[in-house]
Amino acid sequence: MTDSSLVQQEEADILRQAADWKAQGRSVAIATVVSTWGSAPRPAGSQLVVDGEMNMIGSVSGGCVESAVVHEALEIMESGEPKLLEFGVSNSAAWDVGLACGGKIQVFVERLN
Amino acid sequence: MQSATLAQIQTDRDGKTPVVRALDLEDGNEHLIRPFDDDSVGALLQAAQNAALADKSQVVEIDGKRIFLQVFNPPLRMIVVGAVHISQALVPMAQIAGYDVTVVDPRRAFGSDIRFPGVTLSNDWPDVAVTELKPDRRTAIVTLTHDPKIDDPALNAALTSTAFYIGSLGSRKTHAARLARLSKAGFDEAAQARIDGPIGLAIGAKSPAEIAISIMAKITQALRQGPVGESPAGDAPAGDASATGVKETADRTTPAASAGA
Repeated sequence: MTDSSLVQQEEADILRQAADWKAQGRSVAIATVVSTWGSAPRPAGSQLVVDGEMNMIGSVSGGCVESAVVHEALEIMESGEPKLLEFGVSNSAAWDVGLACGGKIQVFVERLN
Repeated sequence: MQSATLAQIQTDRDGKTPVVRALDLEDGNEHLIRPFDDDSVGALLQAAQNAALADKSQVVEIDGKRIFLQVFNPPLRMIVVGAVHISQALVPMAQIAGYDVTVVDPRRAFGSDIRFPGVTLSNDWPDVAVTELKPDRRTAIVTLTHDPKIDDPALNAALTSTAFYIGSLGSRKTHAARLARLSKAGFDEAAQARIDGPIGLAIGAKSPAEIAISIMAKITQALRQGPVGESPAGDAPAGDASATGVKETADRTTPAASAGA
């Protein structure tokens, strides 16, 4: 499967989980990679879904910015105000997740209403 | 995101309908676009079509707004008509490249589970089989039997679909005769031009496996750079593989599959 098709397959499953959680009455926020520069670990369209208990499924970066995104997601679950976050993946962080060099990503975080 | 939007995306996905979510990055407003059967016109629909065809979620700027287009495409599919030697090489290649493959051959001795383990097989007559599979913009159709009784009905059905690639094995002479038959059947030149024949990218392929490679290459080119007979898309995003793509021009005098014809 092509990379993008794989991503779509995965994202659809992640969104299914988001719908299930919502149906169970949980608070749910969805984070989506909308653009990338340099060697970003995950392509545009990649998603991370978080619930109010910080359960997560999916990923937006392969690990380096997830905790920051989850933190924002919890606030956005409360406020309902979506946010566009930008992260530079530093060379040291990039090293940790096995990237050849740094990259930059924009992540849109929104509440599932 | 609204739960209703999410539910609609799941429904479209289950129904193999391409859908693009347009998300305003300023205010979080969203709506869904059916890129190929939406009546509206305009820059956003055009951008959604491009994103769906390129199979690439991306940010576009329209009227000063940054809009994220998230593409949900149905899976790639390939219909191979003719459970022949070339098919035995082509099917696993297509599967590795991410295609759901169905092999159609009404001759049961050819289209058997033993020859194609783990592949969806249909022994229906090809026009019935192809029509029932409802080929769409994410479907490639290849006919490989050389037998007009089998290939022609498949092509008739293929040409009435939106399949992004239709290819038919046979020499230049065989192909000319095929086009003459299709013309008689009422298919105009534009329809005939949709058929890649002689099939495949011209790489001098000889063996069945090599011919399968040339077919797979041509299908990939059609998927990434636009249909056979059209020039490759000029507006491919920077960094896209199409920038390095092979352009086929005068090379068609050495048909890849001539040895198999």
